[in-house]
Formats: sequence, structure tokens, C-alpha cells
Amino acid sequence: MSKRSIKRRHVYRQSALPHTELTPEADYLGRREFIRRWGLTGAALMVSPAFNLLGKDANAASTLPARLNSRFNSVLSTDETRTGYEEVTTYNNYYEFGTGKSDPARNAHTLVTDPWSVEIQGAARNGQVGLDDLIDERELEERVYRLRCVEGWSMVIPWIGVPLADVIEKLQPDKDARYVEFTTLADPRQMPGLARNVLDWPYREALRLDEAMNPLSLLAVGLYGNYLPNQNGAPLRLVVPWKYGFKSIKSIVRIRFTRERPSTSWNLANAREYGFYSNVNPQVDHPRWSQARERRIGEDSFFTPKRKTLMFNGYAEQVAHLYKGMDLRANF
Amino acid sequence: MPFVNGARLTTAGLFLLGCLPAAWLLGAAFTGQLGANPTEALIRQLGEWGLRFLLLTLAATPINRFFKWGLLLRHRRMIGLFAFVYAVLHFCAFIWFDHFFDWGELLRDILKRPFITLGMAAWLLLLPLAITSGRWAVRRMGYRHWVTLHRLIYPAAVLVIVHFFMLVKADLREPIIYGALLFLLLLTRLYRPGGKARQRRVSG
Ligand code: HEM
Repeated sequence: MSKRSIKRRHVYRQSALPHTELTPEADYLGRREFIRRWGLTGAALMVSPAFNLLGKDANAASTLPARLNSRFNSVLSTDETRTGYEEVTTYNNYYEFGTGKSDPARNAHTLVTDPWSVEIQGAARNGQVGLDDLIDERELEERVYRLRCVEGWSMVIPWIGVPLADVIEKLQPDKDARYVEFTTLADPRQMPGLARNVLDWPYREALRLDEAMNPLSLLAVGLYGNYLPNQNGAPLRLVVPWKYGFKSIKSIVRIRFTRERPSTSWNLANAREYGFYSNVNPQVDHPRWSQARERRIGEDSFFTPKRKTLMFNGYAEQVAHLYKGMDLRANF
Repeated sequence: MPFVNGARLTTAGLFLLGCLPAAWLLGAAFTGQLGANPTEALIRQLGEWGLRFLLLTLAATPINRFFKWGLLLRHRRMIGLFAFVYAVLHFCAFIWFDHFFDWGELLRDILKRPFITLGMAAWLLLLPLAITSGRWAVRRMGYRHWVTLHRLIYPAAVLVIVHFFMLVKADLREPIIYGALLFLLLLTRLYRPGGKARQRRVSG
């Protein structure tokens, strides 16, 4: 992971790029993003109306050359249209950088992700573990997952990461551990959103250990062939695609194995609305909105009816057995 | 301006001003300026403009009383109708772009989701006010009854604020600000030296 800082500079400081780099940069960013960043607004306006009202060119950034080497996992990937890079990186819930959807993209540049280490508790390998030791860059996989937010929208994102199970095995949790808890960084100097108590900071999430060991659970370090942008949870985040998005915790600084079920942030904020499991379930409505349908960001236009939400976000085959015999209405 | 009546010009100007948010939203929707989730942005913006016009309607009397500035009061009917129109657009956008005219689902939502129930209730309270906004209604109903009916704007505004409180996930800042404004506007109603305020009101 030591090359991260070098690559980061490529992504964020276009002004410093020599001209020879223009073409790959354009390829990488995708046409829309390229046009926007380089100020060709006239051209953008000429092409955008049709796209924006009738559905966007969501696949614009999906055929980019990868800068982060990874093996494509076709078995666990969906072949649905990928949500455009721009939408994935500008429509985020990351309250540490503000509660508006566009706040994280605007504010998260203050997050320092290099160097980064993760504190491990409740395992043989206790203590601070550097990112390079935690994630073996040679093991990186690309997986295209659906992401379903509890707010009723969804995306399709090509993540890059390693199976959480591999990391857990390496860390060797204590024998009596039944849960794994994750904690997000909470540094008010880097995260302006912490100044307001919208949630009980630091942000915490947790999984039952068998959920964490499920092959779908991913510890991601990248998306769209590159390192995670800060607003998407750099440098290390969880991705559990059969659960509502808020379970996929961002910018992890602590992983703790424990016997007792940890308390989790949204559950603490409102237990009636956000359960510990928070599996995507079209039959169990959020008290304030229906979960039966969802809007696919970027792809669906004003005139596209919302699509039906699938049980476990379409991953029932892989995860339904984890909840056999459980009342999913009571354990939502 | 020999052929143009000054009062009419003001009315026309205010009318155009009231249309501006809708025009801007339409333009933004067509040029993709509403962000990654334009449907949600549109529904929310229309609702918020409905609330803003509602508060502006309620501000007409106190502004006239305390600042001796009667412009809003003179055009209160139009401002109130704008509040209603934005609420209608808000509701229509919800029915069309969120529910795609699935009436069964819509009915379930109105009955099951408290924030929708309250939005609907607020809208139903505004409906008779919009219908009876014309001068003919004052004549038909008699001024006293008409005024009583139009006090429905108070519970309607309160319901909209509660609607707003219930739909946000964690960040209550916006509904708190709007709620405080409404509270202030309602508070001014309690202050009535001499009891002459009623006579000073214009009909409409
Ligand atoms: C007719 C029934 C109504 C329905 C079905 C309805 C529905 C909704 C929905 C779905 C949202 C967005 C929730 C979200 O995105 O999470 C919303 C937000 C809102 N609505 Fe309504 N609403 C109704 C009536 C009203 C009325 C009459 C007003 C005011 C005049 C109003 C003002 C608002 C406001 C201020 C917001 C929040 C906007 C923001 O977040 O900035 N609504 N409503």
C-alpha cells in the first residue's frame, strides 16, 4: 500500500499533471467528469439535457484502466450497469463530513489517510496494525456489488478489496468471540461534522462473526480501479452488500472481537428504526418509508418507476442460511 | 409609464418572483443540476418552497403591524396561493416520480407512514383555503366565517413543521430553524394591544 500517496496525488492534483498525462486522466475520469473538471461546460450543456432528464450515461466510467492491480471476481460480481464514478463519489452519507449528500465530497479532503493503522482488540494479533500488514495488496479482488441504502436508493459499485474472512483468520480472534465491531476515525480536526452531535461519535458498526466470515463480506481499499476517495471511506472500509449501506462502515481505525453484541451507531440513535442486523428486506418496512422499492442512482430518470428491492439485496443464495430459524421481522 | 398601473406592476412582479423557484427547478432538472438523486431533490425543494411561502403568508400581518410595511399583506392572497401551488407540485412530484401513480401503495403510505399522514393532513387543511381564496368566497361566506376558516393556516403550518421533523434522519437543524420561525410568527399573534388588529386586516 506504500504507493498510495503517490497515486493519490495523481487523482487530486490535476493542475500539476504534465500534458502527456491528459489522455489517461480523461480515460480514468470518464467523459462527463473530464468535461466538468476541465471546464468545457458549453459542451457539457450540449450533451447533458437528454441524458439527465431521460437517464444518464451511467456506464461512462466503467471501462477505465485499473491503477490498482486486482483479480476480477466474476462469481460474486453482478453484471448490472455500474453507477457512474461521479455519482458514486458525490452522493454519499458520511456524517463526519456533514449530513448533506454532497458534503462529504466537498469536505473530506481534510482526511489524512496515509499513514493509517488499525487497532486490533480481542485477537491473537492485538495492537496497532499498519494498513500494509492488514491488507495484502497481492490478494486484492475486484467485486461489483449492489449497494442498497436504507433511504431507498441503490448503486452498483466495483469495489476493490480482500475478503474480510481472510483478514479475520490472519488476526486470530479469541476463542469466545462471537461478534466483530468496527469503529470509524473520530478526529474533529479532520472531520468537521463531529462538531455536531447528530450521532454518538465515534461511528460504530458490528457483525455477527459468521456474517463477517461470509465470503461476500469485503474489506475494501478501492473502487473503480483506484484507491478509495476519502468521501467513500478511505483508506479502509467494510462492504456488506446484503445489508443496508450504513452497516458498511467507513475509514476503520479499530476492529474489536467480542463475546457480547456491540452497540451500533444508528441502532443507538433510534432502535425502533435501525436494527442490529439491518438486512435488506423488502417485507420489513422502515417505519418512515417503504423498503419495497428502490431508485437506482444515475441510471433511473424521473420517468423510470422505482425497481423492486430484492430479499437480502439479491444475495439470498449466499446469506439466507445465516438467518435460518430467525424471525426477520423481530430481528430487523 | 402612462399605460401601466403601478399596483398591477407590483402584482405582476411578485407573481414572477413566485414563479422563479419553479422555473429554476425545471431548468435545473433539465440540465442535470439537481445532483445524483434529482427526484429526491425535486420533491424536497418543492416541499421546502411550499413551507417558505406558507411562512411568508404568516409573516404578512406581523410585518405590516410592526414595520408598517404593507406590501406582503396587500398580496397575501397570492403568496398564500403560491404556498398551495408548491405544495400541490410537491405532492404531484411525489405521486408521479416516487410512486408512479401506484394509488394502492400511495394510500398505504398515507395511512401507515406518520410523516406522510401529516403532510397529507396539512395539504387537506390548505385545500379549502385555496378554494375560498377569492373575494366571492368572502361575500358568500360572510367575513366572520371566512376568517374563521382561514385560521386553518395555523394548524396546517404546524403540521408541515412536524412533517419536516419526522422525515429527517438525524440532523434536525433545518426543521428547528423553520419551526422557530413559525413559533415566532405565531407568538406575534398573541400580542394585540387595543384589539384593533382585526379591523386592520384586509380581506383576501
Ligand atoms: C400532500 C401530502 C404530502 C406528501 C405525500 C409529502 C411527501 C413528502 C416527501 C416524500 C418528502 C421527502 C422525504 C425525503 O426525501 O426523505 C417531503 C419533504 C418535505 N415536505 Fe412534504 N409532503 C406532503 C405535503 C407537504 C406540504 C403541504 C408541505 C408544505 C407546504 C410539505 C413540505 C415539505 C417539506 C418542507 C419537506 C422537507 C424538504 C427538505 O428536506 O428540504 N409537504 N414531503
